[in-house]
Amino acid sequence: MTARARSDRANPGAASPALSMRNLSVRFRMRDGGHVAAVADTTFDLAAGECLALVGESGCGKSVLASALLGLLPANADVEGAALLDDGTDLLTADERSLARAIRGRRIGLVPQSPAAHLTPVRTVHSQLAETVRELAAVPRKGLRLATRAAAERAAFPADHLDRYPHELSGGLAQRAATALALVGDAPLLLADEPTTGLDRALVERTADELRRTVDEGRALLMITHDLAAAARIADRVAVMYAGRIVEIADATRFFGEPGPRHPYARGLLDALPERSFRPIPGMPPELGKLPAGCAFAPRCERADALCGTRPRFDGRTACHHAPAEDPSRA
Amino acid sequence: MLELSNITAGYERGRPVVQDVSLAVARGEAVGLLGPSGCGKSTLARVAALLHRPDAGTVVLDGTTVHDYRHRAPRALRTTVGVVFQSPRLSADPRLRLRDLIAEPLKATGRRIEIRERVDELAHAVGLGGDLLTRGAHEVSDGQLQRACLARALVLRPRLLICDEMTAMLDASTTAALVAAVEAYRRETKASLLAVGHDQVLLDRWCDRTVSWAAPSAA
Repeated sequence: MTARARSDRANPGAASPALSMRNLSVRFRMRDGGHVAAVADTTFDLAAGECLALVGESGCGKSVLASALLGLLPANADVEGAALLDDGTDLLTADERSLARAIRGRRIGLVPQSPAAHLTPVRTVHSQLAETVRELAAVPRKGLRLATRAAAERAAFPADHLDRYPHELSGGLAQRAATALALVGDAPLLLADEPTTGLDRALVERTADELRRTVDEGRALLMITHDLAAAARIADRVAVMYAGRIVEIADATRFFGEPGPRHPYARGLLDALPERSFRPIPGMPPELGKLPAGCAFAPRCERADALCGTRPRFDGRTACHHAPAEDPSRA
Repeated sequence: MLELSNITAGYERGRPVVQDVSLAVARGEAVGLLGPSGCGKSTLARVAALLHRPDAGTVVLDGTTVHDYRHRAPRALRTTVGVVFQSPRLSADPRLRLRDLIAEPLKATGRRIEIRERVDELAHAVGLGGDLLTRGAHEVSDGQLQRACLARALVLRPRLLICDEMTAMLDASTTAALVAAVEAYRRETKASLLAVGHDQVLLDRWCDRTVSWAAPSAA
């Protein structure tokens, strides 16, 4: 295990980060003997009370990273590196028993991608929430109903909808039900995998604000999303992933405002927004099983030259041979 | 091109999702239909695409009043409209390769002879290159599959294209690429567009005008 500390990324305020990701790599062994590198050499820290948004196109490895943190990768995955919680627990080496009994729900709460599929369809929200409360919080039998209501309230789930089944909920309410489940165990680290997909703008903003509130209460939130507007609303920092690698980590205000992203891919992604130039990045992301030898973005990049034939090193901020030089106002 | 007059539609008797709604899309016009989830905009889009029979009201498509819906709709009328839905996974037969997925409407209407030329042309238009056309739906990403679904919607050269939350699950770059492909098709064919969505910034940028729907009054 190589736990190289990156001094320029460490948060000097916090004793130890809520999540410390060190050189995470996930490779899938394929039946034909080949390998697919879904996540490569990913390093970042996430502090309590901080939200890091992990953004990128579909298929860039974001969700594999989430599955790795929860120990939910399929059997053909090879994992390297470390993902340390603040007490030193390494999520990547923890066995299923401790993951199930001590970590999932208690140390990490998951806000899932499609809540309608995450909830059990044949049971009411109340029944599922009560079960989770009973499992995760030491509540006496008599107090269960009250505690369940309180749990629903924390995610702004209306009490008069508790007796409904998942299919009777709108997308937004299903999202809140799933968020309520994630918050029950009072986990210090929340993992939100595309929490706003399929929601309308007003609901995206409300969901983002609700997640932000849980961050402001002191939780750490890793939000995986392709929704840049939601990321801009909620994140303290942004990590951009391309073809399984983080290509840029930046302060959210500087990323979405001035001076903007440093990596050409990140710039292209922002420029594609309808409120900006609405111009797509030419081409499509490469296959993770057939990555080019050098910079994976080079075939789509207007700035690519001979230098890009070798893979750029991630320097703690950007992985690009052509990123703008250091600016004096660096945070 | 499309005239929806006083449409009332729903899935259960006595509980209409859409009530007394009128909407018109002129020839060559792009109209955005904006509203929160659950407001009935997708139901209206399904009525416009002849996929759902309204309880009341009239649909006039390209000058013809519609009497029959779904499989009963006359082929000439049905093929006037192309539809792209929100979730490509749910609207693509998982057993088909992308090439066959795109060609399916040509096969269904007895126009196999056009397949080779038309599929290659559309694959290029939506940006599907390389060996992607020979892959199955499970071997491509959501964005790639949605590109194929757009190509499928365009393969019969519809005069009206209905995009129901076409880009809601996609990242910014793929969204921009798909919208650009739709607009290139419309420039070439003068086709009309009804784009249903909840992203005002996107619809304002994409469409000639945007119609806003409030949340349903009934709880």
